[in-house]
Amino acid sequence: METKNKIRVLVAKPGLDGHDKGAKIVALALRDAGMEVIYSGLHQTLDQIISTAVQESVDVIGLSIMSGAHLPICKKLTAMMKEHGLTGVQLVVGGVIPRQDIQTLEQMGVAAVFPGGTAFDTIVTEINQLFA
Amino acid sequence: MGVARYIKDDKGAIQEVVYQSGIKVKPVYGPEDLDAAGFSYEQDLGEPGDYPFTRSLHPQGYRSRAWTTRQYTGFGTPEQTNERFKFMIANGQNGLNVAFDLPTQMGYDSDHPLAEGEVGRVGMAVDSLKDFLTAFDGIPLDRIGSGLTINAVASIMMAMYQALGETRGFDKTRISCTPQNDILKEMIGRGAWIFPVEHGVRLVGDSIEYAVKELPRSNPVSICGYHIRESGATPAQEIAYAFEIARAYIDTVAQRGITPSDFVGRFSFNFNVYGNLWEQVAKFRAARKIWAQMLKQDYGVTDKKKLFLRGLFGGGGSGLTKEEPENNIMRGAFYALGAALSGAQTTALCSFDEAYTIPTPRSALLSLKTLELLMDEVGLRDTVDPLAGSYFIETLTLEMADKIKEEMAWVKEMGGIVSGISEGVIQKKVSQQAYEFEKGLQSGKYKKVGKTPGKEDEGAEVELHRYNEEWVGTSKDSLAEVKRTRHEKAVADTLRVLEKAAKSKDNVMPPLVDCCKAFATVGEMADVFRQTFGEWQEPVFY
Repeated sequence: METKNKIRVLVAKPGLDGHDKGAKIVALALRDAGMEVIYSGLHQTLDQIISTAVQESVDVIGLSIMSGAHLPICKKLTAMMKEHGLTGVQLVVGGVIPRQDIQTLEQMGVAAVFPGGTAFDTIVTEINQLFA
Repeated sequence: MGVARYIKDDKGAIQEVVYQSGIKVKPVYGPEDLDAAGFSYEQDLGEPGDYPFTRSLHPQGYRSRAWTTRQYTGFGTPEQTNERFKFMIANGQNGLNVAFDLPTQMGYDSDHPLAEGEVGRVGMAVDSLKDFLTAFDGIPLDRIGSGLTINAVASIMMAMYQALGETRGFDKTRISCTPQNDILKEMIGRGAWIFPVEHGVRLVGDSIEYAVKELPRSNPVSICGYHIRESGATPAQEIAYAFEIARAYIDTVAQRGITPSDFVGRFSFNFNVYGNLWEQVAKFRAARKIWAQMLKQDYGVTDKKKLFLRGLFGGGGSGLTKEEPENNIMRGAFYALGAALSGAQTTALCSFDEAYTIPTPRSALLSLKTLELLMDEVGLRDTVDPLAGSYFIETLTLEMADKIKEEMAWVKEMGGIVSGISEGVIQKKVSQQAYEFEKGLQSGKYKKVGKTPGKEDEGAEVELHRYNEEWVGTSKDSLAEVKRTRHEKAVADTLRVLEKAAKSKDNVMPPLVDCCKAFATVGEMADVFRQTFGEWQEPVFY
């Protein structure tokens, strides 16, 4: 595949939580699956995430959230993505996400949810399908 | 199977076993293995309580004293944390291990915009001395010691603890606290760092120097291989990187003209018990020896008690599964058995529901009772270092020591731990290993019982601790009350002195104690540091 056709993913860690093992290993798995991956580093505000997404022209924003604050964060970020015209960008979320919240997240416009323990293959396949 | 690599033949018999640290295990061990390894009782083990302390720090191990239990506790408001502290003490716990929420760990008050959604979530919210007075109300500070699990602002919390003691009438020489205060490990894993590396290390140096002079019963730093292991390090790397971090702190304090033997006895450690049982036991036995040797050979420390590898061996979070969560109760018991067979001086155990969230009182009590059961029922206090002399364990302990030393040598070769962390070399190595391990779990190369390779959790029914949004309001109200009733001039004055110290080479601890007593907030003190030191720019890689 030509480089320009590769899916570009921003793996981002919003908020104060510093447990970044999940974010980093998923970033490695996506890279090994042929995607272009940008990792944000820790303690990102939503403004910083949006601005990186714009600068890097990403196709996907993947949030890693372990703190339990996934609902308010995703609600805010989906609104901000609309404001900034990132309508073609897909938002996916992973981390400590209780099953009962998945539907709520999808209704907010989250394209896919990957609770902790999801197989790398599943994550890669589902992200690829968003652009099939 | 487990975290080790097992190669089987087509009938399912095990052909080869390789531990995470890279040691191949033989099917049978005998005296010839000890001979081949050049094993010497005097040099490699020594009597329990004697150098190099492989067998035990104390001549009679748990006979003279059982381990100290310190379950990690704290959530919501200081009132709730106080209630849980008292509950744990009433049930036999003899030390505290305080969990702080993320805003507190990151130096933000409960009313800061970045604290939104996080107040009281993963630990208790502490904004000012008022919160400490509430959280420790009724706790005998001269009898119960407190671990304070906080790093970037550990200096602030240690000052706060002194202010708490003095306000309650306990002289600073009678109180005992152990702030975690290990900023370098936060930069490898866990991520609760704020200031650039050199300033972070300076704050650690200030608090060690201060504790040595002013707080004789407090242990100013607890170096955590624990989180490095959780981030993907092998057991050998866990010990090696922690010792190299300790070396960085020793050197920074020694540069101030203080002799290492005057302060290394105050260092403590926090290590993980997750993994293969035998590898853990060998790890701890080897670690006691290497630490004593390092202090003696590199820093000329001779006083026996100052060569002790003291600390908490416990936790085990990485081993827990969301699937079949009750299995975590048994896992915890076996991890604790490993800690006991290793002669852990202090311990704590992850509770079975911690794969989901922070523990309920019921699950925290189960952990505490597991620890009690090992000491008081199963027989772990009977004799010191019960596995000593086993052909397997002694060979493995020697091999683990070699692996740990190899990793320490690697750190030195690349320019030391501070440069390795500043440049992200260590983080990269550990993350890559975490990735390989996760791939192995997903492919079935490694095994956790109850987990099907590549399948996500099924979400079992367990009673869970619930986060309450109202805690934010309670904390904010309490903070507003403090700000309304304190003397603003005293706050401004003490913060100004703090700023002056931060900008110079003066120790920040005395001004921090004054700030705390004037009811300056954690956020205000941390802001002084933020403005003076700036914030760390993490080397980003993946």
